[in-house]
Amino acid sequence: MAPLLEVIGVSKQYPGVLANDDISLTVDSGEVVALLGENGAGKSTLVKAVFGLLRPDAGEIRIKGEPIVFGDTNAVIGRGVGMVHQHFQLVPVMSVAENIVLGDEPRRGGLLNMKKARAEVRALSERYGLAVDPAAMVEDLPVGMQQRIEILKALRKEVDLLILDEPTAVLTPQEIDEFLNVVRVLASQGVGIVLITHKLREVMAVADRVVVLRGGKVVGITTPKESNEEGLAQLMVGRSVVLRVNKGDAHPGKPVLTIKGLEVRDDRKLKAVDGVNLEVLSGEIVGVAGVEGNGQRELVEAICGMRPRAAGEVLVGGVPTENMHPHAVHLSGISHIPEDREKHGLVSSYSIADNLVLNQFDQEPFARGWIRNAGEITKNAHVLVKQFDIRTPSIKATAGTLSGGNMQKVIVARELSQDFHVLVAAQPTRGIDVGSIEFIHKQLIAARDRGAGVLLVSAELDEILSLSDRVAVMSGGKIVAVLDATGADRAYIGRLMAGLHD
Amino acid sequence: MSQLKSKRNYLLIAVAAVFAYFYHKDGAVTTSVVSTAISFGLPLALAAMVGIMCERTGIVNIGIEGTMLISAFAAFFVASTVKSIIIGLIAAIVVGMLAGFLLALMAVSWRMDQIIAGTIINILATGLTSFLFKQGHTLPSAMPEIDIPVLQNIPFFGPVLFMHGPITYFGLIFIVFLWVALFHTVWGLRTRAVGEHPGSADTAGVSVLRLRYLNVTLAGAVGGIAGAFLSLELVGSFERGFTAGKGFTALALMIFGRWNPLGALAAAMFFGIAQAVTNQLMIDQVVNIPQQFVNMLPYVMTILVLAFAAGKVRPPAAEGQPYEKEQA
Ligand SMILES: Nc1ncnc2c1ncn2[C@@H]1O[C@H](COP(=O)(O)OP(=O)(O)OP(=O)(O)O)[C@@H](O)[C@H]1O
Ligand SMILES: [Mg+2]
Repeated sequence: MAPLLEVIGVSKQYPGVLANDDISLTVDSGEVVALLGENGAGKSTLVKAVFGLLRPDAGEIRIKGEPIVFGDTNAVIGRGVGMVHQHFQLVPVMSVAENIVLGDEPRRGGLLNMKKARAEVRALSERYGLAVDPAAMVEDLPVGMQQRIEILKALRKEVDLLILDEPTAVLTPQEIDEFLNVVRVLASQGVGIVLITHKLREVMAVADRVVVLRGGKVVGITTPKESNEEGLAQLMVGRSVVLRVNKGDAHPGKPVLTIKGLEVRDDRKLKAVDGVNLEVLSGEIVGVAGVEGNGQRELVEAICGMRPRAAGEVLVGGVPTENMHPHAVHLSGISHIPEDREKHGLVSSYSIADNLVLNQFDQEPFARGWIRNAGEITKNAHVLVKQFDIRTPSIKATAGTLSGGNMQKVIVARELSQDFHVLVAAQPTRGIDVGSIEFIHKQLIAARDRGAGVLLVSAELDEILSLSDRVAVMSGGKIVAVLDATGADRAYIGRLMAGLHD
Repeated sequence: MSQLKSKRNYLLIAVAAVFAYFYHKDGAVTTSVVSTAISFGLPLALAAMVGIMCERTGIVNIGIEGTMLISAFAAFFVASTVKSIIIGLIAAIVVGMLAGFLLALMAVSWRMDQIIAGTIINILATGLTSFLFKQGHTLPSAMPEIDIPVLQNIPFFGPVLFMHGPITYFGLIFIVFLWVALFHTVWGLRTRAVGEHPGSADTAGVSVLRLRYLNVTLAGAVGGIAGAFLSLELVGSFERGFTAGKGFTALALMIFGRWNPLGALAAAMFFGIAQAVTNQLMIDQVVNIPQQFVNMLPYVMTILVLAFAAGKVRPPAAEGQPYEKEQA
């Protein structure tokens, strides 16, 4: 019998980049194949070709022995293929249920049966342990929730081949464990799975086979049994990678960020941040731990002037910052890595060079009076692209052509390269490969050691615990505890996060 | 939202109160003014539906004016040449669909700038109708008025709503139908998804290009009916520049109605009322100001009132952008 999926000599050329270079691989029924590779290695390009979202220049793709017509998504779906997209494919102004059923809608008579759709979504959500509210509008939801919707959309249909392009980038560890179980169960039922991820732990946990891409080529095929996390990292990046964070002691100074009695409402006008007081000192990293939806997003947005502060104050170096004025807040010395990179981090139709000065476009040296200084903008872009290893054929390419991880690097590079007293970093390493994570973690620590204060929000408790000097636990819109990170008890933090105070 | 709704309700109550007052004073005139208002408002409402059907799938259609003009022309000349109102109507629908298909071809397949594509249709329509126009044609008969039995006897509402020509009834029913279709059918969900975020639709197996072609072409048919209404049912003749900017006014009404068929219908009817009232004032010679200012009145009133009632508007996010699969 023919394998479930055969990719035979597929190549895809983009302007200046050979994104896929003669790639061949197979996936059998019931097999979990992990696709690993640096940011820009060509993983998404390959799976998009399989799903009929783009036309390769050469090669053939067969599903159950039959070649597919390149670029015909609908036919590929008809052959029993489902996909979780790295860039969420969700309609912002529609409800969760509408998004999940789109393309295969329950009907009653000639009409759309939304009641059934919502019931179906509730059942799905329970069955796979991914909590979503079917009636909520997608645009109001944090990225973790959007990720769960994207996953449920793919799990709704019975498929033979499931493609997962970074499905866990913003999930919490518990959600990831639950998700990996789902993957195992599906595989045991005979579903073939392609899993793209930068989290090597997941690869070790569920993959049967690992295919590593670099520069658009297959550079290695192995199994978790024959390898370990360090070995996989080395194969991906081509050098050895330190997977642990090495940092010296913090030397905290005066408060740089002071949050006093902050109250913030969410999009449904409910109180999401409820009287938060928090100080971040110069020279320290404070991590915010919490189950998503407990006010972290609203806290960050209110600090950065992107969401009205209903009450309370945010001070930088003792000076109050303006409410609802992101540019003024930024000028007062706050750099911000937003959680939703496509919505708040980048203008995808602008060039990479312009995106790298997006919040400094009107300042020296990038502008002289009203005139932009193209020379400095270009110089800045060349420096940052090199320093942060942003993989692109040209700084003039639009940000939309970058791979997901490279988009993230553009934002991180822009924010870290400026003068700031405070860095507010939400999911700073989302979708970034292990090699670059190492680099970004070092940069965060370097910023701390230069005397900046860093407020770090991440779905990864591990990331928070390994980078932070102090950990603030958030639950129900309140900071319920502030602990020293060294020697912090994970289980205790977990209980606090769940709202179980002693 | 709720604030907006209450604003709208106040507006409705105010309008109703004014009419109740006038009806009490002079029933016959008030009834005829409101009935005329519906006839004035309907072509605008239908034209706004053309805009909604296109923009909800992400295609900006500023060629509504031209579509209506050329279909009004086709309706009138075919009807008067072959001596059949029905065949005239069919001709208008066919010509409207052709205009829609042409827009789809330019905007969807050739990825032309949609404003330019629409302008081409407008110029084409103006040129063709001026060139082909000949004096001296007349319709074989007037479009028959259909009075709905029983219902027409309801005081005020009977004559206002149930004594019109067939296209008026069709138009009003169609608008309600379109509202249901847009918000409660599979077609509507997919249409809105394509207009907001085509990538989501594409990855869910909905063909963006096919749906855009379908909707823009069907919208052309609706524009054709709107044109036929003007030349066959409302006026009964055709002249150069016959549509007089109705297609553009309709775009504004679509925005005031927030791309919602019922909202646009309400906006169009408000405009119709303003126009009918102005007409009546002129007939009664109540106002004694230059004609030009009188003609402005409906536009000014509509802008003032709807700006007050409309609140924040947000067009479909993917409007005006050709879809390229590789960017998904
Ligand atoms: N639409 C596009 N136009 C031009 N270049 C593109 C486009 N999409 C991808 N590329 C380029 O192709 C290369 C591979 O991108 P791809 O998205 O496949 O990477 P990836 O392996 O998925 O990376 P990541 O881990 O960051 O998601 C990158 O160099 C990227 O810049
Ligand atoms: Mg990718």
